[in-house]
Amino acid sequence: MKKENVLSALQEIFRDILNNELILLSEETNSNDVEGWDSLTNIMLVVTIENHFGIKFLSSEILGWKSVSDMCDSILMKL
Amino acid sequence: MRSFKELQKVLINQKENYPTLRVALLGDSATQFLSVALRALALENGYLIDLFESDYDQVERQCLDLSSDLYEFKADYVIICQSTQKLLANYNQRGLEDQVNLANDRVDFVKTISQSIHSKLVYFNYPEIDDCIFGSFANSVEASFLYQVRSLNHELMDLSRLTPNLFICDLASVQNKIGRDFLFSPSLNATSGMVYSLDAIPLVMSRALDIILALQGRLKKCLILDLDNTLWGGVIGDDGIENIQIGQGRGIGKAFTELQEWARKLKDRGILLAVCSKNTESIAREPFEKHPDMVLKLEDFSVFVANWDNKADNIRRIQQTLNIGFESMVFLDDNPFERNIVRENLPSVTVPELPNDPSNYLEYLYSLNVFETASFSKEDVNRTRLYQVEAQRVSQKNSFTNEDEFLASLNMQSEVKPFDRFTFARVAQLTQRSNQFNLRTKRYSESDIEKLSRDHENYHGLTFTLSDKFGSNGLISVIILNKQDNSTLFIDTWLLSCRVLKRGMENFTINTLVDYAVKNGYSKIVGEYIATAKNEMVSTHYEDLGFTRIASGKNILYELSIETYKERVTYIISEKPL
Repeated sequence: MKKENVLSALQEIFRDILNNELILLSEETNSNDVEGWDSLTNIMLVVTIENHFGIKFLSSEILGWKSVSDMCDSILMKL
Repeated sequence: MRSFKELQKVLINQKENYPTLRVALLGDSATQFLSVALRALALENGYLIDLFESDYDQVERQCLDLSSDLYEFKADYVIICQSTQKLLANYNQRGLEDQVNLANDRVDFVKTISQSIHSKLVYFNYPEIDDCIFGSFANSVEASFLYQVRSLNHELMDLSRLTPNLFICDLASVQNKIGRDFLFSPSLNATSGMVYSLDAIPLVMSRALDIILALQGRLKKCLILDLDNTLWGGVIGDDGIENIQIGQGRGIGKAFTELQEWARKLKDRGILLAVCSKNTESIAREPFEKHPDMVLKLEDFSVFVANWDNKADNIRRIQQTLNIGFESMVFLDDNPFERNIVRENLPSVTVPELPNDPSNYLEYLYSLNVFETASFSKEDVNRTRLYQVEAQRVSQKNSFTNEDEFLASLNMQSEVKPFDRFTFARVAQLTQRSNQFNLRTKRYSESDIEKLSRDHENYHGLTFTLSDKFGSNGLISVIILNKQDNSTLFIDTWLLSCRVLKRGMENFTINTLVDYAVKNGYSKIVGEYIATAKNEMVSTHYEDLGFTRIASGKNILYELSIETYKERVTYIISEKPL
């Protein structure tokens, strides 16, 4: 899977969890850019992404993400 | 169980007209997800939650400081979830000699707060964690964490027996059922201080809400059972009595024996049993009369319906006979078709989706926790007998053409007594359970009742029993009088168990109240009717008894003047003068 495919899957998940169809993700997007992306919704995003791709993140990965690009990299590493 | 995400969606459609409960939720880990689940589950059960949440890890401060926001909030219910993970952290910081005090320290804390918090307190017990320092030998070491957790849970049970406003939410049982690896999420705990996994949160909160619903009077009172392939294996009409599977030996008879034993235990604790079966009645009864391995006997059932009508109609019949709400009924049937008919026609009846394999029935039913309750008293044990006697009365009533003649023939007696320590539990239970004949539907806990009975200046509580030639109905009516001023007595609570409707208890009761008012120098009695979804039957209660409606803003108040009161006709004799 290519990074852009992962990105578009993430975008769908973000829209669903944050209940906002207008969310547009790019690799540079971080939590300051998306309304409602906070520590709590992040938990739901993580669980949903894990279930979607059938993977498990390491706790250290989750804490180390600075942008959507980092999330994509963590996912791609496991696919 | 719904997923957390589905629950979140439920909250989008807030209903304005639902009753509101004031709930404080305190935890020693992040509670935000728990509160979303609680509000959504409550909404699905017809309640809005006015929620108080404290900052992270404020349990001790909020509970021990009597001037804290928690006390200011005046909650109906306080839910406290302290986790075993945090308890373990506490244990880890203790020196060897102090580890042995862990359980006692925590129990003392719970004891203290259950005295200072006057709300009903729902307190989570502790799912076990074995830190594997001693292996199984932890069982022999008092200072081991496992030993302390188990002692703590046991001491919490002891404490809750003695503390009427303390209700233990048994999270330890939940973990036993679903496993710690499902309940607890180490990675969420590490990254965000959340102890329970997202998937477990709806289940965790539903168990807390079960307790609140039971305290609100929303509990199950009746289990309706299908017969073929539900209570025994096989089809009695085709296979014959000697070939059905029940007991040791034939097929999976053991599974059905265990289900019957479960039903009998429920009956023994006050749940009414009914049969609803598509069968010829005489054939359906035969196993109960003749099969040596049947656990349940005919006398365990309050109603027995076996015919070829559709089951929704038959459950309506059962409902009419028992006179309890559909929402208090649970229907077990192995056949998906019958289950759906009942669900479609009677959506309030709880219809568990029994698994295909009968050997899984019980474990599945355990997972639903349908029969949550908030009290258990002597009356519960005798309930089936009471309802059977009622069925006898109904059949005799048909032979009298005149209602008065029938009532007079019953030789009814009632014992009227102020509340005492033998009746506190039953009084509280009636205020929680009675929905139909209940003028103001005010719920009281056992500790409320106890407190109120000590306040002689302002309150006077009365209990009424009713017995007749068929037997005793036990304590069936509760009155709470509140002194409004020197001349006015206000009826705070008037409720009557529905199994003694139409016996003239209302007349006997009002005569008793007027008698009390006269002896204590009051000149009028004021009553109020607060309409709920269920108490339509008493909407004209006070008018029927000769009260006059008085305008008073939004409230519907009625007044009875003592001076002009004429004693009402009753066929009930007071067992002992007041």
